[in-house]
Amino acid sequence: MGQAVAALDLDIALRQGTFQVDAKISAGPGLTVLFGPSGSGKSTLVDLVAGLKRPDRGRIAVDGVPLVDTAAGLWLPPHRRRVGYVFQEARLLPHLTVRQNLLYGRWFARRHLTPDSPTCESVADLLGITHLLNRRPAALSGGEKARVALGRALLALPRILLMDEPLAALDEARKAEILPYLERLRDHAGLPILYVTHAVAEVARLATTVVMMDQGRVRALGAPSTLWSRPDLMDLTGGAEAGALLDAVVSHESGDGLFALDTPAGRILVPHVPGHLVPGTRTRLRIPARDVLLSDRPPQGLSALNVLPGVVDDVREDADGSRVVRLDCGGAPLLARVTRTSASVLAITPGQPLWAIVKAVALDQGS
Amino acid sequence: MIDLGFGPDEVAAIQLSLKVAIWATLAALPPGIAVALALARGRFWGRDLLNGVVHLPLILPPVVTGYGLLLLMGRQGWLGKPLSSLGIVFAFNWTGAALAAGVMGFPLMVRAIRLSIEAVDAKLEQAAGTLGAPPLWVFATVTLPLMLPGVLAGAVLAFAKALGEFGATITFVSNIPGRTQTLSGAIYTYTQSPGGDAGALRLVAVSVALSLMALLLSEALARKVGRRLGGVS
Repeated sequence: MGQAVAALDLDIALRQGTFQVDAKISAGPGLTVLFGPSGSGKSTLVDLVAGLKRPDRGRIAVDGVPLVDTAAGLWLPPHRRRVGYVFQEARLLPHLTVRQNLLYGRWFARRHLTPDSPTCESVADLLGITHLLNRRPAALSGGEKARVALGRALLALPRILLMDEPLAALDEARKAEILPYLERLRDHAGLPILYVTHAVAEVARLATTVVMMDQGRVRALGAPSTLWSRPDLMDLTGGAEAGALLDAVVSHESGDGLFALDTPAGRILVPHVPGHLVPGTRTRLRIPARDVLLSDRPPQGLSALNVLPGVVDDVREDADGSRVVRLDCGGAPLLARVTRTSASVLAITPGQPLWAIVKAVALDQGS
Repeated sequence: MIDLGFGPDEVAAIQLSLKVAIWATLAALPPGIAVALALARGRFWGRDLLNGVVHLPLILPPVVTGYGLLLLMGRQGWLGKPLSSLGIVFAFNWTGAALAAGVMGFPLMVRAIRLSIEAVDAKLEQAAGTLGAPPLWVFATVTLPLMLPGVLAGAVLAFAKALGEFGATITFVSNIPGRTQTLSGAIYTYTQSPGGDAGALRLVAVSVALSLMALLLSEALARKVGRRLGGVS
């Protein structure tokens, strides 16, 4: 009460067979990622917001507008919720052209049109699908379908955009094609987005807030870099894709096509990505654990650019027998994956000072 | 057609057959779609019973179906009597032939439409719903267009069945030349009279030609619809 209205306010319970979803989420504006293993209830939550599933009890409100409230006997059917749902399989209507698909929801949104509302032309232009308008979905590639599905949802003028693993079915090139549009939406459209994924790269690049789902429950909710540094969440954030997410500020160009980024762990040099790095802007780095080497003394004569000193604060054994070492680098966490042999040669124990050598940095433009 | 050497009764039989088959098909379509929807999507008590009743004409001897129609819709029938006081008469009328043909073709039509409804991806209807379309609108703009190939197939099957219907028709409305005598009835009459072979053969040729045309037309339509759906058969 008295606080700013949350973009998404959800407190629901639903039992499906033996699977129980019980979640409470209050998320601000921007892009909220539902993250967790398959079967953790992510898609169920999105379906509940869309009205494709009915909760046993609870309530959901978007921007203060209640969509369902079992205590008050309120349940809006999907077509009256104004949610833009981008499905993993796009679900374009096969008998309509791309233009007809894009405009399908327009008639029902006509009362909400304002002079600032996106038009078919502006959305097609933004998503780069103008040349496809007269085609039918069967003639589109996967990436094109995903963009049309996104455009169709936007043109229905939703209160919230729901995206259920919209990139999961696409290859890397197609993903790279769509991610910039999602960033633009997050930063400029003022539209709250609920986004399901289990890809860390998408979290790093897109998430404003992360909701960590596990077995139908919310394990944690917060900023990506915070959640990815918590040891108690390693079972979810770890695995083959384990790594650290670091918030960074672009500092300056340091010659040789390199840029210096200031992170809580120290200064990190990354290759310049045209158009992405502007001094003074914030970004987010993902440093995969498998790309970090450890040394028990300051390394000399290495080709690697980034060497960060730190103190071991956690070592755990992974399922495959390798060790994931967590270093505290000036308050920021860094993860390194080493073999069991290396771990015993270095005699890694908590409290020990080590140097992390970062082989590769994935630069993800965050918020 | 008269130039081809058809007698007036033969022309009347051909025209009546076409009229009966077209009306039977058109009149059966709305209830056919409704029943197919109920069977494919409905969750209600008595669904299996409805399914059984719809399929009865397919398994009963046509004579039994025709006799049932006579009891139900005849001039003294349970439904026929009140209807005839309203001026709607089926008995010994071409409308009765259309009714008999429609009833006989109904299970074939429902089966084809039901299969096409079951092939419509409910996820597409969900997607249309999230875009703001109310259920009836979703049905008209998503479900119906996507089940169109099945509706066409069902209509052609029912038309072909109606064109050739004999047993139920002759039982219900008899075989009155110029009035209720369809192609099949006329062929039957020829085969029962000495020297009727030539006439029977003429009408058999017409019958084969009409059926073949209906089949080719439906194939062409199905191909066109299939192309529009982008290769979805």
